[in-house]
Amino acid sequence: MEAGIVSYGAYVPRYRITPKEIGRVWGSDGESVGQGLNVVRKSVPAPDEDTITISTEALRTALARGGIDPQQIGAVYVGSESHPYAVKPTATVVAQAVGATPNLTAADFEFACKAGTAAIQTCLGLVGAEMVRYGVAIGTDTSQGAPGDALEYSASAGGAAFVIGREKVICRVLRTLSYTTDTPDFWRREGQRYPSHSGRFTGEPAYFRHVTECARMLFEASGTSPKDYAHVVFHQPNGKFPQRVGKQLGFTEAQMRWGLVTPYIGNTYSGAALIGLANVLDHAGPNERVLVVGYGSGAGSDAFDLETTDALSRFERNHGRPVQYYLENGVEIPYAVYAKFRGKIRMAEN
Amino acid sequence: MSIARFWRETPRRYNLGGSKCTACGTVYFPPRPVCPHCTHHRQSIEKMVPFQLSGSGEVVSYTVVHEAAEGFEMQVPYVVALVKTDEGPVLTGQVVDVEPDGVAIGLRVRATFRKLREEGQAGVIHYGYKFAPVDDPDRAPRGPPMAEVRAAPAATDRASA
Repeated sequence: MEAGIVSYGAYVPRYRITPKEIGRVWGSDGESVGQGLNVVRKSVPAPDEDTITISTEALRTALARGGIDPQQIGAVYVGSESHPYAVKPTATVVAQAVGATPNLTAADFEFACKAGTAAIQTCLGLVGAEMVRYGVAIGTDTSQGAPGDALEYSASAGGAAFVIGREKVICRVLRTLSYTTDTPDFWRREGQRYPSHSGRFTGEPAYFRHVTECARMLFEASGTSPKDYAHVVFHQPNGKFPQRVGKQLGFTEAQMRWGLVTPYIGNTYSGAALIGLANVLDHAGPNERVLVVGYGSGAGSDAFDLETTDALSRFERNHGRPVQYYLENGVEIPYAVYAKFRGKIRMAEN
Repeated sequence: MSIARFWRETPRRYNLGGSKCTACGTVYFPPRPVCPHCTHHRQSIEKMVPFQLSGSGEVVSYTVVHEAAEGFEMQVPYVVALVKTDEGPVLTGQVVDVEPDGVAIGLRVRATFRKLREEGQAGVIHYGYKFAPVDDPDRAPRGPPMAEVRAAPAATDRASA
């Protein structure tokens, strides 16, 4: 496959809240909930941020880093489960805001947490078939857990944008494949404000089955095993699941090191695996093999067998912020401010 | 603001699209059809070209708003500043991702893309530029993840495996 990653950028909002602070409000030991989930804090979007603004920031960084003329972009796909509009695309606003309109195709993707990786696969097809010069795939969310629900301790906001092309590829895509079934582990019905989930059922039959089966399918197809990869990135709904699945598959802590970002920013849903991949690319050297296995409830996994190229060592990262910045920085807010920012307080009608 | 009016202003609000006089080099935002700087305004006719500002600039003056404009109630106190862009034009805009006492005259800022307002729960959402402090490279170190996370129980498990 000739098409690969040409550039990338990530963005995470500035505010943070700790599980301890969330637990304080709901009368539970938030600190131990956080330790159980391996989440130290999660990001919170400002009142003027949403999936459109986060996607735009991430893509602007990617375009500046890659020196890419936005008019050469032939497709923009934004994967999210928190598109600001139910009807009216996120992708059109993002495309307009980076100056890519009007000669392109655009659409919004939704597949729980793996909409962003599905968008990458679509772009690989379009670019590989030479239908477009550059395809943009973005995974972003500003998801919410219902107040007091287990999800509230991890659901956060952030996103990453990947530009797929054939020229100056910094990371080749050697293979991608998916494992998809109908599994009712997590959903949100039309008009519902918060998602629902089937508790422990989200573990073994959902996340673990899909991620491990998809990874094994890829190993078989590529003739590889965990030791062939310098880095691995899993979807990370919390900090615990990816560690456990990595261990099950036979990966070491060193291989998982840069791909695990959820402990520091929370679960960014469609952004999670992609921000992990962005962090890996921030740290990786040339000619290193990277495995990415995303997961989306409902359910499916997308696996990518990647290899960085010599072009990565010349890649200009001076624009935007490295993922590490977002892992280490942020302003902690109390629950009341978080509730205000996230629209959980009922206001007077105008 | 009507949907049509805001939509017409999209190139300015989304992309800082201004204009430049190719006769004297002056940049304008919002765009102008003629250049008032050229001695004879007619000189600039048909010499004005579209020009996109970089979004980089510095605060030349600012105020802290405590009584919010409609739609900004969630953000008080917030900062509105006059930003002199590197290309010349001075823009008015909100400065975000900073506490009011972190803003000062001379602060370097960059344009960021944010929600400006929503027409209620069911209406259209307007987006556009605001400003945020420019990164201080010293605040973005490269290195191992935070010590406190490495010390978390799950991380300890991993280390012993």
